Amino acid sequence: MDFATFLIQILNGVQYGFTLFLVASGLTLIFGIMGIINLAHGAFYMIGAYLSFWLFGMSNSLWVAILVGLPIMVIFGYAIERLAISFLYKRDHLYQVLLTYGLILILNEMQKILWGSDFYSVPVPEFLSASIPMGNQEYPVYRLFVSLVCMIVAAGMYVVIGKTKLGMMIRAGATNREMAQALGINISRVFAIVFSLGAALAGFSGMIDAPLSSVYPGMGDFILIISFVVIVIGGIGSVKGAFVGAMLVGLADTFGKVLVPEFSSMVIYALMALVLLWRPQGLFGRPS
Amino acid sequence: MTHSRPLLAFLILAVGALAAFPIIGDEFYQELVIRLMIMGIFAMSLDLLIGFTGLISFGHAAFFGLSGYLLAIVTPESEAVSIWFALPVCLLGAALAALVIGWFSVRTTGIYFIMITLAFAQMFYYYFNENQDLGGSDGIFIFYKPSVAIGGFQILDLNNPHTFYYFVLVSLVVSYLILSIILKAPFGQVIRGIHANEARTRALGFNTQHYKLVSFVIAGTMAGFAGFLEANAGGIMSPAHLGWHESGTVMMVVILGGMGTLYGPVLGAFAMGFLQDYFQELWSDHWLLLLGVFVIAVVLFLPNGIAGLFSKFTNKKEDGK
Repeated sequence: MDFATFLIQILNGVQYGFTLFLVASGLTLIFGIMGIINLAHGAFYMIGAYLSFWLFGMSNSLWVAILVGLPIMVIFGYAIERLAISFLYKRDHLYQVLLTYGLILILNEMQKILWGSDFYSVPVPEFLSASIPMGNQEYPVYRLFVSLVCMIVAAGMYVVIGKTKLGMMIRAGATNREMAQALGINISRVFAIVFSLGAALAGFSGMIDAPLSSVYPGMGDFILIISFVVIVIGGIGSVKGAFVGAMLVGLADTFGKVLVPEFSSMVIYALMALVLLWRPQGLFGRPS
Repeated sequence: MTHSRPLLAFLILAVGALAAFPIIGDEFYQELVIRLMIMGIFAMSLDLLIGFTGLISFGHAAFFGLSGYLLAIVTPESEAVSIWFALPVCLLGAALAALVIGWFSVRTTGIYFIMITLAFAQMFYYYFNENQDLGGSDGIFIFYKPSVAIGGFQILDLNNPHTFYYFVLVSLVVSYLILSIILKAPFGQVIRGIHANEARTRALGFNTQHYKLVSFVIAGTMAGFAGFLEANAGGIMSPAHLGWHESGTVMMVVILGGMGTLYGPVLGAFAMGFLQDYFQELWSDHWLLLLGVFVIAVVLFLPNGIAGLFSKFTNKKEDGK
């Protein structure tokens, strides 16, 4: 592998890692704070991608699609939290798994009813469609742009969670729910906010990812399973863990495809098994 | 497993009805009932984990599908394989996979356990989905059912639909009895103890990790047995058999029937089978939407499943005596 190829693979892995981080961070926050295992989180990613396809078709601009799509995702997440998830707070994980599994079936079929089973694509915005030459290969600017945007979002999350009052409430809720409630924090409002923001993050990831991958049925299922691997590696409830896990998985998957193509689909699971051997609670998880 | 009298009567009646079915039922439904009985075995094996040990495995289809693929691999293209070779290979393969996955998984609890079992099952899914030698995403055919012969003398002809039907029915009854015996044995008491309170069971001196792992391997092996039967019944194995929708379906079957009852999941398999048939007739293009609504309704309104209703009914009767 020459240096240019190596560099491109690094960039691809990092970009994939950032995309995963946006999905996995919402998922890990929802676990950590609400104690909910939400299988429908991948469906939010899919809905985001379809929204960007649909809104792009009407406005002919990815930016308008994202600007209009994000509030839709927030409202959608809020509605799901109120109508379905809020029944599950006191229930066993088993029922959470089943109910959110039922949600996936419904959302996947709604997608088929609304948009059919075809594969769609969303074009890369004009001024980002160039490529940077690297050695004898080229690297698309849009991928760099996606990495940059995700980096900004990740930094934003860091600030919100670490420095603001909302972040303080979120951290308090994650550490000790009863204590936070006793201190007068309206925990069900925090839950609703976290869930809506998590849905929006996953949706946003789907939106900016749409020009890179095609938009197709079941795309949410795939990203959900990978996000699970990310969270298991990073440790449940830890945003830092989700970030490190996402980068590890992104790089491992990208290099796996180049170095061991026959076993590429198994590389990340092997990575997960290794981490579990070493630290069953994940890299940044608290021992249970 | 202790059986109350009405339940015992119900179970004997149910087996009698299943045994009489091929005499009266037409061939289409006979095939459907075969598949539902296989689903019943599969669901019972998961009930051992979910309902009795308290391990929420979301990757149970891995063992089901792996075993079916093993049958496809050992069956030659132009002749039948001996069942004395094929069945042990399938069961050992499933058991070994359960041992490895279980060894990693039982170290964790709660949400971790759910996610890890799911992730490992998906690893198998992607492996078979991408392996072109095994048919890739289209799957692989099994052209000949295994031969059951001793010393060159054929005992059973599984290609005969009637014989196969009774072979599956006997498998279902034997699986039920085996699990009942396991649950009655001291081992069964310990895993129920783990379900009720793992810390206390550990304090009593039991190595709960070992018990959980053994339970996981037993359940995986029995799921492998169901997969072996499924591969025989369908004549094809595809990656969908070990995908997470299969795991979700079987979990739904266990809950719908009533977890922790053993016979409940078999009831659930039949209820789910006929329901899917009904939904498909109702809205053939998007019947999964109806199924999703139904799943949510069961979680919200029928968390103890059909067996929960049943035992409520029989308990009331006993109270009245």
